[in-house]
Amino acid sequence: MIPLNYFLILSIILFVLGAIAFFVKRDLITQFMAIEIMFNAANLAFLAFAKSAGSLDGQIIVFFVITVAAAEAAVGLAIILLIFRQKKTIKTEDIQSMKG
Amino acid sequence: MTDYFWLIPFIPALSTLILVLFGQKLPKKYVSFQACFAVFASFVVSVISFIGLLQTSHEHLPIIKNLFSWIHAGSFQADLALQLDPLSSVMTLVVTGVGFLIHWYSVGYMADDKGYTRYFTYLNLFTFAMLILVMGSNLVLMFVGWEGVGLCSYLLIGFWFEKHSAANAGKKAFIVNRIGDAAFLLGIFFIFINIGSGEFSAINAAIGSGAITQSLATLIAILLFVGATGKSAQIPLYIWLPDAMEGPTPVSALIHAATMVTAGVYMVSRMNVLYTFSGSAGSLVAIIGAVTAVFAATMALTQNDIKRVLAYSTISQIGYMFIGCGVGAYAAGMFHLYTHAFFKSLLFLAAGSVMHALSGELNMQKMGGLRKYLPLTYPTFLIGAIAIAGIPFLSGFFSKDAILTSAYASGQYFVWALGIFGAVLTAFYMFRLIFLTFFGNERLEPEAKKHLHESPSMMTVPLVFLAFFSIVAGYVGLPVVVGKNLDFFGRFLEPVIHKAHEVHLSLGTEWMLILISVAVAVTGIFIAWVFYIKNPKIPKDLAARFPGLYKLLYNKYYVDEIYNTLFVNSTIKGSEIVYDHFDLKVIDGAVNGSAKATNFFGKVLSYFQTGFIKDYALIFLLGAILLLGYLLF
Repeated sequence: MIPLNYFLILSIILFVLGAIAFFVKRDLITQFMAIEIMFNAANLAFLAFAKSAGSLDGQIIVFFVITVAAAEAAVGLAIILLIFRQKKTIKTEDIQSMKG
Repeated sequence: MTDYFWLIPFIPALSTLILVLFGQKLPKKYVSFQACFAVFASFVVSVISFIGLLQTSHEHLPIIKNLFSWIHAGSFQADLALQLDPLSSVMTLVVTGVGFLIHWYSVGYMADDKGYTRYFTYLNLFTFAMLILVMGSNLVLMFVGWEGVGLCSYLLIGFWFEKHSAANAGKKAFIVNRIGDAAFLLGIFFIFINIGSGEFSAINAAIGSGAITQSLATLIAILLFVGATGKSAQIPLYIWLPDAMEGPTPVSALIHAATMVTAGVYMVSRMNVLYTFSGSAGSLVAIIGAVTAVFAATMALTQNDIKRVLAYSTISQIGYMFIGCGVGAYAAGMFHLYTHAFFKSLLFLAAGSVMHALSGELNMQKMGGLRKYLPLTYPTFLIGAIAIAGIPFLSGFFSKDAILTSAYASGQYFVWALGIFGAVLTAFYMFRLIFLTFFGNERLEPEAKKHLHESPSMMTVPLVFLAFFSIVAGYVGLPVVVGKNLDFFGRFLEPVIHKAHEVHLSLGTEWMLILISVAVAVTGIFIAWVFYIKNPKIPKDLAARFPGLYKLLYNKYYVDEIYNTLFVNSTIKGSEIVYDHFDLKVIDGAVNGSAKATNFFGKVLSYFQTGFIKDYALIFLLGAILLLGYLLF
């Protein structure tokens, strides 16, 4: 039986890695992957808590998160594709049309 | 037979509704038929109700039909309730009867106008509003009608709104009336506060039981009377009526001679208990009436515009009605209202017929010798003039004599003397009008002469009807000298008009008064004959000898100019000052200031909107960490 803390520590490591990758990388595809990693860090935490609490609720939520993430990946990739067609770039520092 | 009297105002209302909704698509012939028929139908219902009323005993009066509870808030209650009593019955007969003849005449008069349907829509709407005014059983409903007729008057004066003067005249009438209406409304408020009800029967009962003091009654009566001076064109608010002649002539006949302008007289008669109780307010009414009667008559002396002479004459005649009401002879005032409705609308319609014949000419100096060209208009016009001048055996004589006799009997000899003086002037200016228009040498424009023709029968037949009534209408109210109890009109109104005191004059005095009023009427006509037939140079000589007086009269005492300087210009100047200092600085400042503040905060916040995804994510992350920290610690 692996203690709960191990899972949580792994989850934190994954989350922080994702966050760092998001801020360090410059192109949208990589940032998008970083977001996916953060998602899965959260999923892992859910599953660990579900196991230790002996409840199915966490697992159900994970199913939902994965479903939504799949949909979100489809939409997100489509957006990135369109941005690339319009601007011929996916570097974040070049995309600034929402500046107030 | 009085079961359906409440239909009287709603037949024209229904007709108005149909004309408003479908009027533009209906053929002209149908429009005029429907408009006339609606008024005629309501006239028939009025007659039936009148006959029913004659058979109803006094205890059952007034007959009230409560259609529905209109306003009910706390102790304040106003119902949409119509009432039938002798006073409202007389008014409905006059409004629908004369109104029908004028609708009929309009079919011919307005035949070629492009606003034909609009005209009949307004005319039906007016009839409805006027009937509500005279049939409402409480002050609130009366005020609704009061404002309704004011609106229709505005719409119809400015009927030819492409003409600048007509549009301005409409505005003037509306604004001057508003001043009177404000006072009228204040009077209604005072009644509500002190009596707690606007129902006429409740007001009369409350005054009878001493619910209000005499001074309060005087205040209320004067406020209501200020409203009446606006609507009925008395000093000081008469100035709108002469300008109102910009409207079509049948409108002048219906609204500004026969019905709407007499609403003030109706109102004072309706509130007769209040005026009698107050006493001094009644005297004020009599004095204003008498002064207006003479003042307006003097202005009519020098006018050359045929309709304006009649307008001043209307103001003067309404003055007589107020003399009657003011001296406590409300029945005499109403009697004059009733006879005046016939002969004054006759005069206006005949004047319209003259205008029609002369392609719209209004200036009497450019007429003359018309009697052989207008074989029907001339005699009817003459009958109207004789009736208004007060020559015996025509209607105007009986009613004017009833008023002057009552004024004499009440002991207000000053009022009586003014009335007599006004009668000379009336006879003079009416026959000046007749002589200048129909007698003497022709002074026509050649262009007008080419088209000279008598009006079509559509217009002359109503004239004949009105001429007939101008002769016979007076016989329902014969003076005492002819025989006792022959004053059917006065006796019919008795249930409504509570007589305070009655001074009986001896028969000799009555005869003397009648002879005096006949003598002054004949004198007036004789002077007019000398001035304009026998020796036409006299008026010019007089004008040359008294240029100041002539100019004063010709320019109508400069009252319009004085009002312009005192009230209109000062209002405009005051508004400009307020505009410069308050509107531009305070109001615009506040509005612009709030816009500027929003702009400023928007700018500050827009610094956070860099457009870089990473910045947003960073703020997001910091927020999440702060929230987490808050939750944990």
